[in-house]
Amino acid sequence: MRKNLNVIAAYSIMMGLIILVGIFQSWNIALSIFNLCLISAVMTMGANIQWGYAGLINFGIMGFTALGGLAAVLISVDPVQEAWSAGGSNILFSLFLIIAMVMAVRYILKNYKKSKSRTYIIAAIIILGIIIIRFISEPGIEAIEDVEPAKTGFLGGLGLPIIFSWVVGALFAGGLAFVIGKVALGLRADYLAIATLLISEIVIAIIKHEDWLTRGVKNVIGLKRPAPYEVNLQQTDWFINLVEKFNSSKLNLISDLAERQAALDQFVIEGSSIFVKLCYSGLFLVVVIILLILTQKALYSPWGRMMRAIRDNEEAANAMGKNVVKQHLLIFVLGSAIVGIAGAMLVTQDGLFTPGSYRPLRYTFLIWVMVIIGGSGNNFGAILGGFVVWFLWIEAAPIGLYLINLTTAGLDDSHFLKVHLIESVPYFRFLMMGVGLLVIMRYRPKGILPEKIEIK
Amino acid sequence: MDFVNAVILLLNYIFVPALAYGSQLALGAIFVTLIYGILRFANFATGDMMSFGTMFVILFTWYFQSVGISLGVFPTALLAIPFAIIFMVGYMLIIDKFVFKYYRTKKSPPVQLAMVSIGVMFVTQAVVRIIIGPSDRRFFDGEKFLIKAGEFKEMTGLNEGLAIKSTQVITIIVTLILVSTLFWFLNRTKTGKSMRAYSDNEDLALLSGIDPKKIVMTTWVIAGILATIGGALYGLDKSFKPFTYFNNMLPIFAAAIVGGIGNPFGAFLGGYVIAFSEILLTYAYRKFFMYVLPESMEPDGLVQLLSTDYKFAVSFSILVIVLLYRPSGIFKGKVL
Repeated sequence: MRKNLNVIAAYSIMMGLIILVGIFQSWNIALSIFNLCLISAVMTMGANIQWGYAGLINFGIMGFTALGGLAAVLISVDPVQEAWSAGGSNILFSLFLIIAMVMAVRYILKNYKKSKSRTYIIAAIIILGIIIIRFISEPGIEAIEDVEPAKTGFLGGLGLPIIFSWVVGALFAGGLAFVIGKVALGLRADYLAIATLLISEIVIAIIKHEDWLTRGVKNVIGLKRPAPYEVNLQQTDWFINLVEKFNSSKLNLISDLAERQAALDQFVIEGSSIFVKLCYSGLFLVVVIILLILTQKALYSPWGRMMRAIRDNEEAANAMGKNVVKQHLLIFVLGSAIVGIAGAMLVTQDGLFTPGSYRPLRYTFLIWVMVIIGGSGNNFGAILGGFVVWFLWIEAAPIGLYLINLTTAGLDDSHFLKVHLIESVPYFRFLMMGVGLLVIMRYRPKGILPEKIEIK
Repeated sequence: MDFVNAVILLLNYIFVPALAYGSQLALGAIFVTLIYGILRFANFATGDMMSFGTMFVILFTWYFQSVGISLGVFPTALLAIPFAIIFMVGYMLIIDKFVFKYYRTKKSPPVQLAMVSIGVMFVTQAVVRIIIGPSDRRFFDGEKFLIKAGEFKEMTGLNEGLAIKSTQVITIIVTLILVSTLFWFLNRTKTGKSMRAYSDNEDLALLSGIDPKKIVMTTWVIAGILATIGGALYGLDKSFKPFTYFNNMLPIFAAAIVGGIGNPFGAFLGGYVIAFSEILLTYAYRKFFMYVLPESMEPDGLVQLLSTDYKFAVSFSILVIVLLYRPSGIFKGKVL
């Protein structure tokens, strides 16, 4: 218990801060911060098992997040029948051709010795294949995108509950990670970082551009929810009764019946959005706890010890007969899959999929700041990092505004410097993140909650 | 005649823009490669450092414009660049003193330095946005075109016009001057030679009495000059927007690695390799084929290999192919 005192203290302070936001700003804001903190925590766990356990740099977190989001769309949206009949067969045939092409290349790679002619044959297969696939898919894509472009214009999904997408998102992200890992894991650390950064940009480019699959920048809105809708809640009796019970002391103070009803309606409207957010919090909390238990178990298992051995001395681990390449690939896939879950959770919570909003700063570098600040190699640290950094990211603007007002108190309100500073308040969060990262890396390089390995 | 038209078409839409874009990438790539070769880390703040330098160019340009100084047909920014460089180099040296120096003297692994550079990236980005804002800014003035498309058509009587923007010519000329000076410096002067020695083998260089402080400082000065000029040229040619600069980091990295990281000449050529392949693969060749092929064989589609959205995909694919077949880059860089 004593050993974990700093963990408990750090988390209590964090929860206290969120509760303070609830009291001083509003419970709605506090809960939306809390929910995104939970999602960030899932992302940091994914990044942490790659970086903290195995020392792999993955700057492609944005790409995996977006793939998770794509899974949410493909699982939950109802299929668009007209689009399927218009161009479905072309798309399916192209998909089949892609698989055939990959198989052919694999076959050649396996069964023929490395030579110049082999390289040329593979190049020829790929180029020819791409031309044929474009030739076949083009009319199909055009037909699909012509189906009611303002409303659909894409194939739609499977029409299943969106919760399933959390698993599928993990599969998508893991699959991509497998391919990337095969190509890029042999590279030195900083090369891997650059390669993954570029790949994630490509994933975003594809998602933005392939309208037949994702609607691209036209966005997919109104995704189904795993939680009840506010409008429905506001008309359910048990919910109204619940709200009445909660606020009875306040309501009893109002004697006028009409006024009392108006106040109750207000409470119901506020309560419904809080209730929906609480539902999400519950779901996310379950995911975070399950992942935390699994990652903790993995960390202290023989496998976790092996990973740390590989991280700390690759050559020695290799000499001990550990398959470094295979383990790196495995952990790269696992970590990315977890990030994929977070991506699907994010889209589930927002109820919309906006490919244009995926920016590396927010979805890659910010997550890295979380891992480093929280404490890499320590799951509790990584989660705490997700909470602290996301909290600051949101609350940076109010804090920045307060500081500006404090430092420029002597200036007139219309002074150009003050006006300019207040206009640029949103960018103070970048400054805070950067300074935070630099200070932590310099004075507490292992993060707020450093990695602690005890042999159990 | 059709053939000449086709050539002019390619010149106008591919060759000239790619040459200008390639020069801008090349300057950035040399910046990356110098820092990688001598300070030994991948600098993720590249794009933002370039936008930081460009910000000063813009501020000085505004100042000169407000007091009525101009260069006539040339953009005022050319006059502002030297002043901006002074501020930029100052900023670089301050960052080095307060951030990078600690890790360098501690001999931290390159990965840690790369992480630190992300912190620098955040800070620089914030400073740029706080000072000048995130919006699109054009600061070009002076004569816009060297040759206008219409004039060219009249002059030659061809169907296709060739428009050459003055910024493109300025970019190419400035790049050539800057890069040749740099190579002269690296290959012929004592400081340049000691920089190369330091990059090649740090311990040996130190043993032979090379002062590491001087080397590091010179590197930052050169890097500051490259970043400011590269950024300013890009901004003059297109426009200045902090977010675009941040994104430009990707093709710049690709160029540096393709050329062989740590090798400035490779980085220089790598810039053009990336620029030309990006533009060649995403250009719609329909009009070109209309000129070259007989009428019966005219293509229906755009004859575009890849949509322009896949610009990054091109640089990355080149990167992967190079890394798989020649891990040290086209021109031998540091073997990894």
